[in-house]
Amino acid sequence: MRVVLTDYSGTIVLAIALLFLFALYLSWTATRLDRLHLRLDAAKIALDAQLVRRASVTLELAQSGVLDPATSLLLATAAREARDAHDEERETAESVLTRDLRAVFDQAEQVAYVRSTRVGPPLLDELAIAAKRVQLSRQFYNESVRSVRQLRSHRLVRAFRLAGRAPDKPNFDIDDTPPEFARK
Amino acid sequence: MKIGIVCPYSWDIPGGVQFHVRDLAVHLIGLGHQVSVLAPADDDEPLPAYVVSAGRAVPVPYNGSVARLSFGVLSAARVRRWLNEGQFDVLHVHEPGAPSLSLLACWSASIPIVATFHTANPRSRAAAAANAMLQPAFEKINARIAVSEYARRFLVEHIGGDAVVIPNGVDVDFFAKSQPNPDWQTPPAQRDTGGTIAFVGRFGEPRKGLPVLLAALPEILAARPDTRLLILGRGDAEEVVEDLPAPVRAAITFLGMASDEDKARLFRSVDVYCAPNTGGESFGMILVEAMSAPAVVLASDLDAFSLVLEGGEAGVMFPNGDASALATAAIGLLADQARRETLRVAATAAVQRYDWSVVAGDILAVYEMVTESTAQVTNEAWEAAHRPATPGRSASAGRSAAANLGRLTSLARATWPRGNDDNEGDS
Repeated sequence: MRVVLTDYSGTIVLAIALLFLFALYLSWTATRLDRLHLRLDAAKIALDAQLVRRASVTLELAQSGVLDPATSLLLATAAREARDAHDEERETAESVLTRDLRAVFDQAEQVAYVRSTRVGPPLLDELAIAAKRVQLSRQFYNESVRSVRQLRSHRLVRAFRLAGRAPDKPNFDIDDTPPEFARK
Repeated sequence: MKIGIVCPYSWDIPGGVQFHVRDLAVHLIGLGHQVSVLAPADDDEPLPAYVVSAGRAVPVPYNGSVARLSFGVLSAARVRRWLNEGQFDVLHVHEPGAPSLSLLACWSASIPIVATFHTANPRSRAAAAANAMLQPAFEKINARIAVSEYARRFLVEHIGGDAVVIPNGVDVDFFAKSQPNPDWQTPPAQRDTGGTIAFVGRFGEPRKGLPVLLAALPEILAARPDTRLLILGRGDAEEVVEDLPAPVRAAITFLGMASDEDKARLFRSVDVYCAPNTGGESFGMILVEAMSAPAVVLASDLDAFSLVLEGGEAGVMFPNGDASALATAAIGLLADQARRETLRVAATAAVQRYDWSVVAGDILAVYEMVTESTAQVTNEAWEAAHRPATPGRSASAGRSAAANLGRLTSLARATWPRGNDDNEGDS
């Protein structure tokens, strides 16, 4: 085969090389995006787990008999609602649980009383851990959502539809400030 | 009789349960009984002599809205102290299904308990969770009262067990003796071309049904051009009228916030009181108040309203949400003075059973029943325990029933572990 070198040859080679580099860049971006999506899925699973854990501990406390029936009823209702809530009601239900927990345990006497019982202290400790981890896992999740969004909004990612059909996940916005005793 | 009444909601915030408790206490005191009401209240608020504060209520989200409730160790301790100091013959708790003072009182008390259920509509999922939690406290209740057939039905379906229906009380005389306001009456010259229609309530809330009445208004004005609509209650008047054509707007007068006196005078003055509520009513207190005046009531056909209006005998009903049916009925009523008179007579007769004199008497009868029967059971159980057992006698049906009841009660107490530690020596 004879290679004919014309005036344009240099340009064509350059163009092919650029095209190749561009494809490489796209593929690399797609991999990044894929990795971010995976990280987001993992963050979602972690968040779900912490929320379920918080609801379970709350329910356990409500049913342990160390709280008065009014408090038990309040917490049990909120915990069930949070655990059973469907997607669109979930943020509200979890915020309600957070606020009910604060209303109950921001009374210092209540915490002191539960601490004085036999079964109370381990449950309180677990609740404190769960409440703090809800906060942490939510921050991680929302951070993940933010980085996925940032990359997805990139012109090239949109033009070449690199995100494919992966759904755009929204932030998880709730009131997650734990009760006073759990903030230390 | 020494009566302890527990109100679960903040005394300083107006509400149906609070008004009911207040009026009941006042009437029982009037009948010569000793009454103490325990309610959450701000400590610096002045309270009537018969109210004991259980401390500030905490605003918490519960059951889809924010309620001000009392719970926790401090509240529980206050309830126990109040019970110990009061030495009541009977304890009357209101709305014991709410996570507040009433439930705490059921838990701590070892005296006969009467419970009144006002509205009860927790969403079904929460109700299932609440049920198991409430049972031990509910088992200690000797007699249950529902304020309406609607509230009773809820109790039967969602909590189990039954209740007697004793309606909310109304001071019928207060409404019947108020003075009409000439400004709110139809001038004699307009008797054939106009009329006055009243709407009472927070009109911004869609379920109060003002939009239905407004939709009917043009048709009413077409038939009787001098008709006026008087709206008493809180809300944003501008927002209501901004989309209405000018002639309709001219027919509407906003009277501002409702005081009890204004409400009574309005009911006395107008030709028709309209309650187009589209839902969310469990009793229809406002209808009873209107009928006490007596006003001619035109209301949507909600179950609760139909019961108060005795199926249409004591007032006129139209299909819920149907503006043109409302218009037809209103035009008919405004044109027919004889019919209005008949309805007023029927309404006066219908509301007698809601008068506080009747209602307080019914509630007292329940108190007497539970205190007497509990005293008998306690005596018999005591005798049975202290009498040398003779085989023939111990088989007597009455006494074994009493023993069973005693066992049930102690079981119920055992379920809440700390229930009675402060009250043990009471009974």
